[in-house]
Amino acid sequence: MHPRPLIAATAGLTVLSAALTGCGIIGGQSADLQIYSARHYDLEGAFGQFTDETGITVEFISGDDAELLERLKAEGADTPADIFLTVDAGNLWNAARQGELAELDSPVLDDAVPEDLRDAQGQWYGLAMRARTVTYNPDAVDPAEFDATETYAGLADPKWKGRLCMRDATSAYTQSLVASLIDLHGREEALKIVQGWVANDVEIMGNDVLLLEAIDAGSCDVGINNHYYLARTLAENPDLNVDLFWASQAGAGTHVNISGAGVVEGSDNAEDAQRLIEWLATDGQNPFVDGNHEYPVNPAAEPEPLIAEFGEFKRMPLNAEAYGDLNAEAVDLLAEAGYK
Amino acid sequence: MTGTGVLAEARTPTRGRTSGAGRPAWSAFVVVVALLVATPVLAVVLDGVGSVGDTAPPRGIVAMVLTTLALMVGVAAGTLLVGGGLAWLVTAYHFPLRNVLVWLLVLPLAVPAYILGFVFLSVFDVAGPVQSALRAVLGPDVWVPEVRSLPAAVLVMSLSLYPYVYLLVRAALIEQSAGTYDAARTLGAGRARTLRRVLLPLARPSLAAGLSLVMMETLTDFATVQYFNVQTVSVGVYLVWKGTFDFHAATQLAVLVLLFAVAVLTGERALRGRARYHQQGGRGQGLQPERLRGARGWAATALCITALAAGFLIPVLQLLVWAVGEAGKSGVLTDPRFGEYLVSTLFVASVTALACVALSVAVGHAVRISGGRIAASAAQLTTFGYAVPGAVVGIGVLIAFAAVDTALERAGVPGGTGILVTGSVLGILYAYVIRFLAPAYQAVDASLAKIPPTVTFAALSLGATPRRILTRIHAPLARPGVAVALMLVMIDAVKELPIVLLLRPFGFTTASVWVYELARENFWEKASLPALVIVAAAILPVVVLVRQARRAETRGRVDA
Repeated sequence: MHPRPLIAATAGLTVLSAALTGCGIIGGQSADLQIYSARHYDLEGAFGQFTDETGITVEFISGDDAELLERLKAEGADTPADIFLTVDAGNLWNAARQGELAELDSPVLDDAVPEDLRDAQGQWYGLAMRARTVTYNPDAVDPAEFDATETYAGLADPKWKGRLCMRDATSAYTQSLVASLIDLHGREEALKIVQGWVANDVEIMGNDVLLLEAIDAGSCDVGINNHYYLARTLAENPDLNVDLFWASQAGAGTHVNISGAGVVEGSDNAEDAQRLIEWLATDGQNPFVDGNHEYPVNPAAEPEPLIAEFGEFKRMPLNAEAYGDLNAEAVDLLAEAGYK
Repeated sequence: MTGTGVLAEARTPTRGRTSGAGRPAWSAFVVVVALLVATPVLAVVLDGVGSVGDTAPPRGIVAMVLTTLALMVGVAAGTLLVGGGLAWLVTAYHFPLRNVLVWLLVLPLAVPAYILGFVFLSVFDVAGPVQSALRAVLGPDVWVPEVRSLPAAVLVMSLSLYPYVYLLVRAALIEQSAGTYDAARTLGAGRARTLRRVLLPLARPSLAAGLSLVMMETLTDFATVQYFNVQTVSVGVYLVWKGTFDFHAATQLAVLVLLFAVAVLTGERALRGRARYHQQGGRGQGLQPERLRGARGWAATALCITALAAGFLIPVLQLLVWAVGEAGKSGVLTDPRFGEYLVSTLFVASVTALACVALSVAVGHAVRISGGRIAASAAQLTTFGYAVPGAVVGIGVLIAFAAVDTALERAGVPGGTGILVTGSVLGILYAYVIRFLAPAYQAVDASLAKIPPTVTFAALSLGATPRRILTRIHAPLARPGVAVALMLVMIDAVKELPIVLLLRPFGFTTASVWVYELARENFWEKASLPALVIVAAAILPVVVLVRQARRAETRGRVDA
């Protein structure tokens, strides 16, 4: 065996690719604004439009929220990031608590974003809203079977035994739903609810799309899904045999969560960063949320047609501190209940 | 040299004389490499141990540990059965298509478990074609085994990882000195008995190395186990970290993952025993494959094709079908960023491979030349990063770099190294080298282990300087290992995800990140193209690996 040509080839490959990546060897920054994003839905379109309107250039890297936050903390004052954009109110609350987000004073944002969807100190603002509600197969379920007041808790009723499918305990969606149940009913009651789901032999799935496919195929009757997954699947397959039921309309309302953003504490371009967040909450609402079938947070913006068909619904007020603070308890509770 | 023999050394070759020019320097070199590898990992360990008592251990930790054990044992058994069995079959027997299949069986190495996993699920899940067909035929309430389960995860990971065992065992069976085999036969042992009593025991160190690689991969896997809803300790690290917003609780669990890794390494030592087999040339017939005729021959062929289809052909075909369908929808076959991702992927992989191999040869040489326990232990330490999940290594690098930055700023360097290290390709490369030094070192070390220590000592006593021994003896004799090491590291580096995700600078994206961003949102069809890029990028080194090995075999045995 002669590795010499092999080493030469590998070295050649290195030089060639280094030449092609150009300046990428040392992390450079070329745009006006740098964004750390844990949100992955077609950001290019909205940011491109912002650049066209203002001339401010934007670049972003995406990753997991926990890792990005840890990176922000490690970089400290040297961070290149100007904006932290993430999903889940608990993550926003936590980033603010860790002192990574600057306090803004923005009448524009205070006006555009409903009070429960933003931070009281102006450290973060919700920009897109998703509802996590009940989906079902209309051939197997009559919507009258659902408990209209306590829909999530109602799924612990033995009549749903063997008919439920839900997301795994690792999913942030599951965790914040359970955190909101703890917030609403107290830990003991919430534990009973989750234990009831487990006692009903709930089938656990690794992602929302599989859940919808399973309901469509008839192997589950009922699931809990983010509304935009249903919209997305319907856009691809209009014949999908899955309907949406707005949970707890006669009670506390449907569980919602947000994607949102804050200006990073160490930002060297806080002014433009604030301008981008303000734009996203006003003129940029539709470019930002429509591609992913999410609801705009700004009441002045209209949801896109496909989700407008789901109709109006009453939402449970969002308590970000509870989502953030109770998330650990929710994880613990899920483990205690034997929910995988 | 026409004499043959196996010298089973009870003493480790490192315990030679401990004086002599240049040797403390070589020892020091190994220690420095070990420290560089260990620093980020230690940073995480200190963080974890330092915060014990602040937080209660997460609930369900016992179940996590048991699950991890079950998965690791299952995958080890699976790869041993598939990889070891196939290696045995193609070495000891001759059957139709064997000469082609020998090489094709390595291909599943190019399909990462997380890609194989999602294809497997798409085919076998409730909404997939298999269950839909079953329901259509047998009614909606047909019972099917749970797809998202530990056994299914074991199956998928075994199919993806068996080539590690296959390659190493096969190399061991082939590299056995023909003379040893002939000697056993001359002494009256039958073919089967020789295999059982002579060749297999000689292959034990390779088997141990292969299994430990597989178990480390299993231990650090994060994506695949999540698809299958199998909660291992590595998933626990993420779960706790993301769920409780508590990094310290996560590092505590990471320490637990490291304990598992120590157990694997200890297990490898135990399996290897104190065996050190040094082959000395010898011209002989060696093991002649027995020809399987008729149905038995075709059964062997079918076995090989089944493994190949399940681990490579079917998933790649499925990805191709998706990719073409997706291209039909969007009208373009390639993403415009396609080239950029491929280049970034290959760049990081090739630099990492070169760095790991250079370090491995130097460390392997240093261990043999310095003859000291310190160097030997430090060399063991350098392979430790492989057992640490990528995200933990990444965080460790962040912590270490941030500390260096702060220290530099205190020392009066304005801005420290600043952005140069956090979120730079340098950081990625450093973390990669930590992760992948192990496969490189094991391959190089396996080659060096075949050099009798007497050769090294003879050269020393004849007055050769350590450097001359490196360039004239160790490096040339490590050649087969170097080739294998380069390729193994490249394949691994192409697949790696969490490190890039955590440390990449703006505007730097690899194919694995691309898959991740799509897969995370369940755009499986869209993820098929980047997944194919990863498979293609990993096939390159696999093909080179195979060609190297073939050439070596057709030229006759490598006599060491």
